Amino acid sequence: MKLIIAAIKPFKLEEVREALTAIGVRGMMVTEIKGFGSQSGHTEIYRGAEYAVNFVPKVKLEIAVPDSMADQVVETIATTAKTDKIGDGKVFVLDLQSALRVRTGESNDDAL
Amino acid sequence: MKLTKLLSLSAMAVAAPSLALAQDAPAAVPTDTVFILNSLLFLVGGFLVFWMAAGFAMLEAGLVRSKNVAMQLTKNMGLFSLASIFYYLIGYNLMYPLGTWAWDGVLSGIWGPGVLEAVGVTADAADDYGYASTGSDFFFQLMFCAATASIVSGTLAERIKLWPFLVFTIILTAIIYPIQASWKWGGGFLDGMGFLDFAGSTVVHSVGGWAALTGAIILGPRIGKYKDGKTIPIPGSNLTLATLGTFILWMGWFGFNGGSQLAMGSVGDVADISRIFSNTNAAAAGGAITALILTQLVYKKPDLTMVLNGALAGLVSITAEPLTPSLGAATIIGAIGGVIVVFAVPMLDKFKIDDVVGAIPVHLIAGIWGTLAVPLTNSDASFGTQITSIVVVGVFVTVASAIVWMILKATMGLRVDEETEINGLDMAELGMEAYPEFSKG
Repeated sequence: MKLIIAAIKPFKLEEVREALTAIGVRGMMVTEIKGFGSQSGHTEIYRGAEYAVNFVPKVKLEIAVPDSMADQVVETIATTAKTDKIGDGKVFVLDLQSALRVRTGESNDDAL
Repeated sequence: MKLTKLLSLSAMAVAAPSLALAQDAPAAVPTDTVFILNSLLFLVGGFLVFWMAAGFAMLEAGLVRSKNVAMQLTKNMGLFSLASIFYYLIGYNLMYPLGTWAWDGVLSGIWGPGVLEAVGVTADAADDYGYASTGSDFFFQLMFCAATASIVSGTLAERIKLWPFLVFTIILTAIIYPIQASWKWGGGFLDGMGFLDFAGSTVVHSVGGWAALTGAIILGPRIGKYKDGKTIPIPGSNLTLATLGTFILWMGWFGFNGGSQLAMGSVGDVADISRIFSNTNAAAAGGAITALILTQLVYKKPDLTMVLNGALAGLVSITAEPLTPSLGAATIIGAIGGVIVVFAVPMLDKFKIDDVVGAIPVHLIAGIWGTLAVPLTNSDASFGTQITSIVVVGVFVTVASAIVWMILKATMGLRVDEETEINGLDMAELGMEAYPEFSKG
Protein backbone atom coordinates (compact mmCIF):
# COMPACT_ATOMS: atom_id res chain seq x y z
CA MET A 1 0.00 0.00 0.00
CA LYS A 2 1.03 3.57 -0.60
CA LEU A 3 0.12 6.82 1.09
CA ILE A 4 -0.03 9.62 -1.43
CA ILE A 5 0.30 13.15 -0.08
CA ALA A 6 -0.40 15.97 -2.49
CA ALA A 7 -0.39 19.74 -2.03
CA ILE A 8 -2.48 21.44 -4.71
CA LYS A 9 -4.06 24.79 -5.47
CA PRO A 10 -7.27 25.12 -3.44
CA PHE A 11 -9.50 25.89 -6.44
CA LYS A 12 -8.42 22.63 -8.08
CA LEU A 13 -9.76 20.47 -5.25
CA GLU A 14 -13.15 19.67 -6.72
CA GLU A 15 -11.72 18.79 -10.13
CA VAL A 16 -9.08 16.51 -8.60
CA ARG A 17 -11.65 14.81 -6.37
CA GLU A 18 -13.91 14.07 -9.34
CA ALA A 19 -11.03 12.68 -11.40
CA LEU A 20 -9.87 10.48 -8.52
CA THR A 21 -13.29 9.05 -7.73
CA ALA A 22 -13.68 8.35 -11.46
CA ILE A 23 -10.62 6.06 -11.38
CA GLY A 24 -11.86 4.27 -8.26
CA VAL A 25 -10.38 6.11 -5.31
CA ARG A 26 -12.81 5.51 -2.45
CA GLY A 27 -11.64 7.96 0.18
CA MET A 28 -9.30 10.78 0.96
CA MET A 29 -8.44 13.20 3.68
CA VAL A 30 -8.36 16.93 2.88
CA THR A 31 -6.76 19.70 4.93
CA GLU A 32 -6.43 23.43 4.29
CA ILE A 33 -2.76 24.25 4.71
CA LYS A 34 -0.24 27.01 4.11
CA GLY A 35 3.26 26.48 2.83
CA PHE A 36 5.91 27.47 0.37
CA GLY A 37 7.85 25.77 -2.40
CA SER A 38 9.53 27.26 -5.43
CA GLN A 39 6.69 29.78 -5.59
CA SER A 40 8.00 31.01 -2.19
CA GLY A 41 6.21 34.16 -1.04
CA HIS A 42 5.30 37.54 -2.41
CA THR A 43 4.95 41.01 -0.91
CA GLU A 44 1.81 43.00 -0.20
CA ILE A 45 1.17 46.45 1.25
CA TYR A 46 -1.07 47.14 4.29
CA ARG A 47 -1.60 50.76 5.29
CA GLY A 48 1.54 51.85 3.46
CA ALA A 49 3.88 49.25 4.94
CA GLU A 50 5.21 46.39 2.86
CA TYR A 51 5.05 42.88 4.25
CA ALA A 52 6.03 39.45 2.98
CA VAL A 53 3.43 36.75 2.49
CA ASN A 54 5.78 33.81 3.17
CA PHE A 55 3.19 31.05 3.12
CA VAL A 56 0.58 30.64 0.46
CA PRO A 57 -2.65 28.70 1.00
CA LYS A 58 -2.87 25.19 -0.45
CA VAL A 59 -5.01 22.12 0.01
CA LYS A 60 -3.37 18.91 1.19
CA LEU A 61 -4.77 15.53 0.09
CA GLU A 62 -3.87 12.28 1.83
CA ILE A 63 -4.93 9.18 -0.06
CA ALA A 64 -4.18 5.57 0.89
CA VAL A 65 -4.30 3.17 -2.10
CA PRO A 66 -3.22 -0.38 -3.01
CA ASP A 67 0.22 -0.54 -4.65
CA SER A 68 -1.37 -1.30 -8.02
CA MET A 69 -3.25 2.01 -8.10
CA ALA A 70 -0.51 4.35 -6.88
CA ASP A 71 0.96 5.38 -10.23
CA GLN A 72 -2.46 6.01 -11.74
CA VAL A 73 -3.48 8.20 -8.80
CA VAL A 74 -0.26 10.23 -8.97
CA GLU A 75 -0.74 10.62 -12.71
CA THR A 76 -4.35 11.73 -12.30
CA ILE A 77 -3.49 14.32 -9.65
CA ALA A 78 -0.62 15.61 -11.76
CA THR A 79 -2.76 16.12 -14.85
CA THR A 80 -5.88 17.56 -13.18
CA ALA A 81 -4.09 19.91 -10.73
CA LYS A 82 -1.81 21.27 -13.40
CA THR A 83 -2.22 24.90 -14.51
CA ASP A 84 1.31 25.35 -15.89
CA LYS A 85 1.72 28.33 -13.60
CA ILE A 86 4.09 28.47 -10.64
CA GLY A 87 2.61 27.06 -7.42
CA ASP A 88 0.77 24.02 -8.83
CA GLY A 89 1.99 21.95 -5.88
CA LYS A 90 3.77 18.64 -5.18
CA VAL A 91 2.91 14.94 -4.88
CA PHE A 92 4.72 12.61 -2.46
CA VAL A 93 4.38 8.84 -2.28
CA LEU A 94 5.15 6.93 0.94
CA ASP A 95 5.08 3.24 1.79
CA LEU A 96 2.18 2.47 4.05
CA GLN A 97 2.61 -0.26 6.68
CA SER A 98 -0.93 -1.12 7.55
CA ALA A 99 -4.54 -0.02 7.35
CA LEU A 100 -7.60 -0.89 9.43
CA ARG A 101 -11.28 -0.19 8.87
CA VAL A 102 -12.57 0.64 12.35
CA ARG A 103 -16.17 -0.53 11.87
CA THR A 104 -15.49 -4.04 10.48
CA GLY A 105 -11.95 -4.78 11.57
CA GLU A 106 -10.89 -5.44 7.94
CA SER A 107 -7.23 -4.71 7.38
CA ASN A 108 -4.79 -3.55 4.73
CA ASP A 109 -6.04 -3.61 1.08
CA ASP A 110 -9.51 -4.69 2.24
CA ALA A 111 -9.70 -1.66 4.45
CA LEU A 112 -9.00 0.88 1.70
CA MET B 1 -23.01 79.56 19.82
CA LYS B 2 -26.03 78.74 21.94
CA LEU B 3 -26.06 82.31 23.23
CA THR B 4 -25.94 84.00 19.85
CA LYS B 5 -28.70 81.79 18.53
CA LEU B 6 -30.73 82.62 21.60
CA LEU B 7 -30.43 86.36 21.02
CA SER B 8 -31.34 86.28 17.35
CA LEU B 9 -34.31 84.02 17.96
CA SER B 10 -35.61 86.14 20.83
CA ALA B 11 -35.40 89.15 18.57
CA MET B 12 -37.37 87.25 15.96
CA ALA B 13 -40.02 86.30 18.48
CA VAL B 14 -40.43 89.93 19.48
CA ALA B 15 -40.63 91.01 15.85
CA ALA B 16 -43.08 88.27 14.95
CA PRO B 17 -46.38 89.86 16.02
CA SER B 18 -45.79 93.04 13.99
CA LEU B 19 -44.78 90.94 10.99
CA ALA B 20 -48.00 88.98 11.25
CA LEU B 21 -50.02 92.17 10.98
CA ALA B 22 -48.44 93.25 7.71
CA GLN B 23 -50.40 92.25 4.65
CA ASP B 24 -49.01 89.46 2.44
CA ALA B 25 -46.21 88.80 4.91
CA PRO B 26 -45.52 85.08 5.40
CA ALA B 27 -47.00 83.67 8.58
CA ALA B 28 -44.40 83.81 11.34
CA VAL B 29 -43.55 80.56 13.08
CA PRO B 30 -45.13 80.59 16.57
CA THR B 31 -42.59 80.47 19.42
CA ASP B 32 -44.04 77.17 20.64
CA THR B 33 -43.31 75.64 17.27
CA VAL B 34 -39.80 77.06 17.20
CA PHE B 35 -39.17 75.58 20.66
CA ILE B 36 -40.53 72.22 19.54
CA LEU B 37 -38.61 72.11 16.27
CA ASN B 38 -35.31 73.23 17.79
CA SER B 39 -35.63 70.64 20.56
CA LEU B 40 -36.54 68.00 17.99
CA LEU B 41 -33.42 68.84 15.96
CA PHE B 42 -31.26 68.33 19.06
CA LEU B 43 -32.96 65.05 19.90
CA VAL B 44 -32.79 63.59 16.39
CA GLY B 45 -29.26 64.94 15.88
CA GLY B 46 -28.31 63.61 19.31
CA PHE B 47 -29.42 60.07 18.68
CA LEU B 48 -27.63 60.06 15.34
CA VAL B 49 -24.43 61.17 17.09
CA PHE B 50 -25.08 58.55 19.78
CA TRP B 51 -25.06 55.92 17.04
CA MET B 52 -21.53 57.02 16.14
CA ALA B 53 -20.48 55.25 19.34
CA ALA B 54 -21.55 52.03 17.60
CA GLY B 55 -19.59 53.13 14.53
CA PHE B 56 -16.41 53.69 16.53
CA ALA B 57 -16.88 50.36 18.32
CA MET B 58 -17.31 48.40 15.07
CA LEU B 59 -14.48 50.22 13.29
CA GLU B 60 -12.11 49.54 16.16
CA ALA B 61 -13.26 45.93 16.62
CA GLY B 62 -12.53 45.34 12.93
CA LEU B 63 -9.08 46.95 12.94
CA VAL B 64 -7.65 45.22 16.02
CA ARG B 65 -6.55 41.58 16.06
CA SER B 66 -9.13 39.00 17.08
CA LYS B 67 -7.37 38.40 20.42
CA ASN B 68 -8.15 41.99 21.49
CA VAL B 69 -11.68 42.48 20.14
CA ALA B 70 -13.66 41.80 23.33
CA MET B 71 -11.41 44.22 25.25
CA GLN B 72 -11.82 46.91 22.59
CA LEU B 73 -15.59 46.58 22.80
CA THR B 74 -15.42 46.70 26.61
CA LYS B 75 -13.43 49.95 26.41
CA ASN B 76 -16.03 51.43 24.04
CA MET B 77 -18.92 50.52 26.34
CA GLY B 78 -17.02 51.85 29.34
CA LEU B 79 -15.91 55.11 27.80
CA PHE B 80 -19.32 56.03 26.42
CA SER B 81 -21.04 55.31 29.73
CA LEU B 82 -18.42 57.16 31.79
CA ALA B 83 -18.65 60.13 29.42
CA SER B 84 -22.42 60.16 29.99
CA ILE B 85 -22.01 60.22 33.76
CA PHE B 86 -19.14 62.71 34.02
CA TYR B 87 -20.46 65.12 31.42
CA TYR B 88 -23.61 65.25 33.55
CA LEU B 89 -21.73 65.59 36.86
CA ILE B 90 -19.21 68.26 35.81
CA GLY B 91 -18.76 68.69 32.07
CA TYR B 92 -22.04 70.26 30.96
CA ASN B 93 -21.87 73.28 33.27
CA LEU B 94 -18.14 73.63 32.72
CA MET B 95 -18.81 73.87 28.99
CA TYR B 96 -21.82 76.21 29.21
CA PRO B 97 -21.27 78.79 31.95
CA LEU B 98 -24.04 80.97 30.40
CA GLY B 99 -22.04 84.05 31.32
CA THR B 100 -20.98 82.96 34.83
CA TRP B 101 -17.20 82.78 34.49
CA ALA B 102 -14.64 82.16 37.24
CA TRP B 103 -12.01 83.50 34.83
CA ASP B 104 -13.67 85.53 32.12
CA GLY B 105 -13.91 83.63 28.86
CA VAL B 106 -11.55 80.89 30.05
CA LEU B 107 -12.98 78.96 32.98
CA SER B 108 -16.62 78.46 33.89
CA GLY B 109 -17.72 79.49 37.36
CA ILE B 110 -20.27 76.69 37.57
CA TRP B 111 -18.94 73.41 38.91
CA GLY B 112 -21.83 71.08 39.46
CA PRO B 113 -24.18 68.60 37.85
CA GLY B 114 -26.46 69.50 34.96
CA VAL B 115 -30.10 70.04 35.90
CA LEU B 116 -33.03 69.48 33.55
CA GLU B 117 -36.33 71.35 33.40
CA ALA B 118 -39.22 70.14 35.57
CA VAL B 119 -41.55 67.38 34.36
CA GLY B 120 -44.22 68.81 32.06
CA VAL B 121 -42.62 72.24 32.05
CA THR B 122 -44.75 75.07 30.66
CA ALA B 123 -43.69 77.85 28.34
CA ASP B 124 -43.23 80.45 31.06
CA ALA B 125 -41.19 78.07 33.25
CA ALA B 126 -38.95 76.73 30.50
CA ASP B 127 -35.26 77.65 30.88
CA ASP B 128 -35.16 79.11 27.40
CA TYR B 129 -38.64 79.25 25.85
CA GLY B 130 -37.43 81.24 22.85
CA TYR B 131 -34.99 78.49 21.93
CA ALA B 132 -35.09 74.83 23.00
CA SER B 133 -35.49 72.52 25.96
CA THR B 134 -32.51 72.06 28.28
CA GLY B 135 -32.84 68.28 28.11
CA SER B 136 -32.48 68.27 24.33
CA ASP B 137 -29.45 70.55 24.50
CA PHE B 138 -27.81 68.40 27.21
CA PHE B 139 -28.51 65.19 25.29
CA PHE B 140 -27.06 66.60 22.06
CA GLN B 141 -23.93 68.10 23.63
CA LEU B 142 -23.23 64.98 25.68
CA MET B 143 -22.93 62.93 22.49
CA PHE B 144 -20.19 65.22 21.16
CA CYS B 145 -18.26 64.86 24.39
CA ALA B 146 -18.54 61.05 24.20
CA ALA B 147 -17.43 61.10 20.54
CA THR B 148 -14.24 62.89 21.60
CA ALA B 149 -13.46 60.08 24.04
CA SER B 150 -14.19 57.42 21.40
CA ILE B 151 -11.43 58.84 19.20
CA VAL B 152 -8.77 58.07 21.81
CA SER B 153 -9.56 54.39 22.34
CA GLY B 154 -8.77 53.29 18.78
CA THR B 155 -5.28 54.75 18.67
CA LEU B 156 -4.23 53.15 21.96
CA ALA B 157 -5.82 49.76 21.30
CA GLU B 158 -4.22 46.38 21.93
CA ARG B 159 -1.75 47.52 24.62
CA ILE B 160 -3.30 49.98 27.10
CA LYS B 161 -4.74 48.65 30.36
CA LEU B 162 -8.50 48.98 30.77
CA TRP B 163 -8.69 50.93 34.04
CA PRO B 164 -6.12 53.68 33.47
CA PHE B 165 -7.69 54.22 30.05
CA LEU B 166 -11.10 54.65 31.68
CA VAL B 167 -9.66 57.03 34.29
CA PHE B 168 -8.26 59.13 31.42
CA THR B 169 -11.71 59.08 29.80
CA ILE B 170 -13.19 60.55 32.98
CA ILE B 171 -10.70 63.44 33.07
CA LEU B 172 -11.13 64.05 29.35
CA THR B 173 -14.93 64.15 29.40
CA ALA B 174 -15.37 65.86 32.78
CA ILE B 175 -12.69 68.53 32.45
CA ILE B 176 -10.38 68.72 29.43
CA TYR B 177 -13.05 68.61 26.69
CA PRO B 178 -15.60 70.88 28.43
CA ILE B 179 -13.07 73.59 29.35
CA GLN B 180 -11.73 74.01 25.81
CA ALA B 181 -15.24 73.64 24.35
CA SER B 182 -16.40 76.53 26.59
CA TRP B 183 -13.82 78.76 24.86
CA LYS B 184 -15.77 78.43 21.62
CA TRP B 185 -19.24 77.01 22.17
CA GLY B 186 -19.69 78.32 25.71
CA GLY B 187 -19.11 81.87 24.48
CA GLY B 188 -15.51 82.07 25.74
CA PHE B 189 -12.47 83.92 24.44
CA LEU B 190 -11.97 81.96 21.21
CA ASP B 191 -15.58 82.69 20.27
CA GLY B 192 -14.96 86.35 21.11
CA MET B 193 -11.95 86.37 18.76
CA GLY B 194 -14.17 85.24 15.87
CA PHE B 195 -12.99 81.64 15.73
CA LEU B 196 -15.34 79.57 13.57
CA ASP B 197 -15.75 75.83 14.11
CA PHE B 198 -19.27 74.83 13.10
CA ALA B 199 -19.53 71.28 14.46
CA GLY B 200 -16.08 70.74 15.86
CA SER B 201 -13.17 69.89 13.54
CA THR B 202 -11.04 71.46 16.25
CA VAL B 203 -13.30 71.46 19.33
CA VAL B 204 -14.18 67.76 19.04
CA HIS B 205 -11.98 65.93 16.53
CA SER B 206 -8.61 67.55 17.04
CA VAL B 207 -9.13 67.33 20.81
CA GLY B 208 -9.61 63.57 20.60
CA GLY B 209 -6.68 63.48 18.18
CA TRP B 210 -4.29 65.43 20.44
CA ALA B 211 -5.22 63.27 23.43
CA ALA B 212 -4.67 60.14 21.32
CA LEU B 213 -1.34 61.40 19.95
CA THR B 214 -0.04 62.27 23.41
CA GLY B 215 -1.19 58.89 24.71
CA ALA B 216 0.38 57.00 21.80
CA ILE B 217 3.77 58.68 22.36
CA ILE B 218 3.75 58.04 26.11
CA LEU B 219 2.40 54.50 25.75
CA GLY B 220 4.75 53.39 22.95
CA PRO B 221 4.02 51.12 19.98
CA ARG B 222 2.67 47.57 20.08
CA ILE B 223 5.26 44.80 20.41
CA GLY B 224 6.55 43.86 16.95
CA LYS B 225 5.16 46.89 15.12
CA TYR B 226 8.57 48.40 14.33
CA LYS B 227 11.55 46.12 13.75
CA ASP B 228 15.00 47.01 12.39
CA GLY B 229 13.76 50.38 11.17
CA LYS B 230 10.87 48.80 9.27
CA THR B 231 7.14 48.96 9.88
CA ILE B 232 5.57 45.55 10.32
CA PRO B 233 1.88 45.62 9.39
CA ILE B 234 -0.54 44.14 11.91
CA PRO B 235 -3.70 43.49 9.88
CA GLY B 236 -7.09 43.93 11.49
CA SER B 237 -9.35 41.00 12.28
CA ASN B 238 -12.51 41.92 10.41
CA LEU B 239 -12.79 44.44 7.59
CA THR B 240 -16.52 43.76 7.29
CA LEU B 241 -17.06 45.21 10.76
CA ALA B 242 -14.64 48.06 10.03
CA THR B 243 -16.66 48.95 6.92
CA LEU B 244 -19.96 48.73 8.79
CA GLY B 245 -18.47 50.97 11.48
CA THR B 246 -17.43 53.51 8.88
CA PHE B 247 -20.89 53.63 7.30
CA ILE B 248 -22.44 54.00 10.77
CA LEU B 249 -20.12 56.93 11.51
CA TRP B 250 -20.94 58.44 8.10
CA MET B 251 -24.66 58.25 8.94
CA GLY B 252 -24.15 59.61 12.45
CA TRP B 253 -22.30 62.57 10.97
CA PHE B 254 -25.53 63.91 9.46
CA GLY B 255 -26.69 64.47 13.03
CA PHE B 256 -23.26 65.71 14.09
CA ASN B 257 -23.06 68.44 11.45
CA GLY B 258 -26.77 68.92 10.68
CA GLY B 259 -27.70 69.19 14.35
CA SER B 260 -24.97 71.79 14.81
CA GLN B 261 -27.12 74.27 12.89
CA LEU B 262 -28.63 74.47 16.40
CA ALA B 263 -32.00 75.71 15.14
CA MET B 264 -34.77 74.40 12.91
CA GLY B 265 -37.56 76.92 13.50
CA SER B 266 -37.40 78.82 10.22
CA VAL B 267 -37.26 78.23 6.48
CA GLY B 268 -33.67 79.43 6.45
CA ASP B 269 -32.57 77.03 9.17
CA VAL B 270 -34.21 74.01 7.59
CA ALA B 271 -32.73 74.91 4.21
CA ASP B 272 -29.32 75.28 5.83
CA ILE B 273 -29.62 71.89 7.52
CA SER B 274 -30.39 70.41 4.11
CA ARG B 275 -27.25 72.02 2.69
CA ILE B 276 -25.23 70.64 5.60
CA PHE B 277 -26.50 67.07 5.09
CA SER B 278 -25.64 67.22 1.40
CA ASN B 279 -22.21 68.78 1.92
CA THR B 280 -21.35 66.33 4.68
CA ASN B 281 -22.16 63.43 2.39
CA ALA B 282 -20.19 64.97 -0.48
CA ALA B 283 -17.07 65.41 1.65
CA ALA B 284 -17.16 61.79 2.82
CA ALA B 285 -17.47 60.61 -0.77
CA GLY B 286 -14.60 62.87 -1.83
CA GLY B 287 -12.36 61.52 0.92
CA ALA B 288 -13.16 57.87 0.18
CA ILE B 289 -12.65 58.10 -3.58
CA THR B 290 -9.42 60.05 -3.21
CA ALA B 291 -8.00 57.41 -0.86
CA LEU B 292 -9.18 54.68 -3.25
CA ILE B 293 -7.43 56.24 -6.25
CA LEU B 294 -4.31 57.33 -4.38
CA THR B 295 -3.65 53.93 -2.79
CA GLN B 296 -4.04 52.36 -6.26
CA LEU B 297 -1.51 54.83 -7.70
CA VAL B 298 0.97 54.82 -4.81
CA TYR B 299 0.78 51.19 -3.66
CA LYS B 300 -0.50 49.52 -6.87
CA LYS B 301 -3.52 48.08 -5.05
CA PRO B 302 -6.36 49.92 -3.30
CA ASP B 303 -6.23 49.60 0.50
CA LEU B 304 -9.72 49.26 2.00
CA THR B 305 -8.60 50.38 5.47
CA MET B 306 -7.29 53.61 3.92
CA VAL B 307 -10.53 54.08 1.97
CA LEU B 308 -12.44 53.80 5.26
CA ASN B 309 -10.08 56.30 6.90
CA GLY B 310 -10.43 58.50 3.81
CA ALA B 311 -14.21 58.69 4.14
CA LEU B 312 -13.87 59.60 7.82
CA ALA B 313 -11.15 62.17 7.10
CA GLY B 314 -13.49 63.73 4.53
CA LEU B 315 -16.17 63.95 7.19
CA VAL B 316 -13.82 65.51 9.76
CA SER B 317 -12.58 68.00 7.14
CA ILE B 318 -16.06 69.34 6.40
CA THR B 319 -17.08 69.49 10.07
CA ALA B 320 -15.62 72.95 10.73
CA GLU B 321 -17.74 74.46 7.94
CA PRO B 322 -20.38 72.19 6.43
CA LEU B 323 -22.78 75.02 5.55
CA THR B 324 -21.14 77.58 3.28
CA PRO B 325 -19.29 75.38 0.74
CA SER B 326 -20.98 74.40 -2.52
CA LEU B 327 -21.34 70.67 -3.16
CA GLY B 328 -18.25 70.85 -5.35
CA ALA B 329 -16.20 72.69 -2.73
CA ALA B 330 -17.35 70.24 -0.05
CA THR B 331 -16.22 67.32 -2.21
CA ILE B 332 -12.78 68.90 -2.67
CA ILE B 333 -12.42 69.75 1.03
CA GLY B 334 -13.21 66.11 1.82
CA ALA B 335 -10.90 64.87 -0.94
CA ILE B 336 -7.97 66.71 0.63
CA GLY B 337 -8.84 64.85 3.84
CA GLY B 338 -8.42 61.63 1.85
CA VAL B 339 -4.99 62.78 0.64
CA ILE B 340 -3.98 63.52 4.24
CA VAL B 341 -4.82 59.96 5.30
CA VAL B 342 -2.83 58.25 2.55
CA PHE B 343 0.33 60.20 3.37
CA ALA B 344 -0.06 60.72 7.13
CA VAL B 345 -0.53 57.03 8.02
CA PRO B 346 2.95 55.96 6.81
CA MET B 347 4.42 59.24 8.11
CA LEU B 348 3.31 58.45 11.67
CA ASP B 349 4.88 55.01 11.30
CA LYS B 350 8.19 56.72 10.38
CA PHE B 351 8.07 58.41 13.78
CA LYS B 352 7.20 55.04 15.40
CA ILE B 353 3.84 56.41 16.58
CA ASP B 354 1.59 53.38 16.54
CA ASP B 355 -1.98 54.48 15.77
CA VAL B 356 -3.95 51.23 15.44
CA VAL B 357 -7.00 52.61 13.61
CA GLY B 358 -5.60 55.77 11.99
CA ALA B 359 -7.42 58.14 14.34
CA ILE B 360 -4.58 60.69 14.40
CA PRO B 361 -4.55 61.33 10.63
CA VAL B 362 -8.36 61.21 10.48
CA HIS B 363 -9.32 63.29 13.51
CA LEU B 364 -6.27 65.43 14.26
CA ILE B 365 -4.63 66.22 10.93
CA ALA B 366 -7.86 66.33 8.89
CA GLY B 367 -9.38 68.29 11.81
CA ILE B 368 -6.67 70.92 11.48
CA TRP B 369 -7.16 70.98 7.71
CA GLY B 370 -10.93 71.38 8.07
CA THR B 371 -10.48 74.27 10.50
CA LEU B 372 -8.04 75.97 8.13
CA ALA B 373 -10.45 75.47 5.22
CA VAL B 374 -13.24 77.55 6.81
CA PRO B 375 -12.03 80.93 5.44
CA LEU B 376 -11.99 79.43 1.91
CA THR B 377 -15.78 79.47 1.76
CA ASN B 378 -16.81 81.67 4.70
CA SER B 379 -15.67 85.29 4.62
CA ASP B 380 -16.48 85.73 8.33
CA ALA B 381 -13.46 83.59 9.21
CA SER B 382 -9.82 84.59 9.10
CA PHE B 383 -6.79 82.32 8.75
CA GLY B 384 -5.04 84.09 11.63
CA THR B 385 -7.85 83.43 14.11
CA GLN B 386 -8.31 79.86 12.89
CA ILE B 387 -4.57 79.11 13.29
CA THR B 388 -4.41 80.78 16.70
CA SER B 389 -7.37 78.72 17.90
CA ILE B 390 -5.92 75.46 16.57
CA VAL B 391 -2.67 76.18 18.43
CA VAL B 392 -4.37 77.28 21.66
CA VAL B 393 -6.58 74.19 21.80
CA GLY B 394 -3.71 71.95 20.72
CA VAL B 395 -1.31 73.19 23.39
CA PHE B 396 -3.94 73.02 26.14
CA VAL B 397 -5.11 69.49 25.30
CA THR B 398 -1.60 68.16 24.72
CA VAL B 399 -0.25 69.54 28.00
CA ALA B 400 -3.31 68.52 30.02
CA SER B 401 -3.40 65.03 28.46
CA ALA B 402 0.35 64.54 28.90
CA ILE B 403 0.08 65.37 32.60
CA VAL B 404 -2.81 62.93 33.09
CA TRP B 405 -1.11 60.16 31.07
CA MET B 406 2.17 60.61 33.00
CA ILE B 407 0.40 60.52 36.38
CA LEU B 408 -1.46 57.36 35.33
CA LYS B 409 1.79 55.82 34.08
CA ALA B 410 3.52 56.54 37.39
CA THR B 411 0.64 55.34 39.57
CA MET B 412 -1.43 52.62 37.89
CA GLY B 413 0.88 51.85 34.95
CA LEU B 414 -0.45 52.28 31.41
CA ARG B 415 0.69 49.17 29.57
CA VAL B 416 -0.24 45.56 29.99
CA ASP B 417 2.77 43.30 30.53
CA GLU B 418 4.50 41.67 27.58
CA GLU B 419 2.94 38.26 28.07
CA THR B 420 -0.57 39.74 28.24
CA GLU B 421 0.01 41.74 25.08
CA ILE B 422 1.26 38.69 23.18
CA ASN B 423 -1.55 36.41 24.41
CA GLY B 424 -4.15 39.11 23.81
CA LEU B 425 -5.99 41.34 26.24
CA ASP B 426 -9.21 39.35 25.85
CA MET B 427 -8.07 36.24 27.71
CA ALA B 428 -5.52 37.93 29.98
CA GLU B 429 -7.63 40.85 31.22
CA LEU B 430 -11.21 39.71 30.57
CA GLY B 431 -11.01 35.93 30.48
CA MET B 432 -13.31 35.87 27.46
CA GLU B 433 -12.94 36.14 23.74
CA ALA B 434 -14.98 37.83 21.01
CA TYR B 435 -14.39 34.90 18.66
CA PRO B 436 -13.69 31.87 20.88
CA GLU B 437 -13.21 29.39 18.07
CA PHE B 438 -10.42 31.10 16.17
CA SER B 439 -8.76 33.68 18.28
CA LYS B 440 -5.54 31.73 18.68
CA GLY B 441 -2.72 32.77 16.42
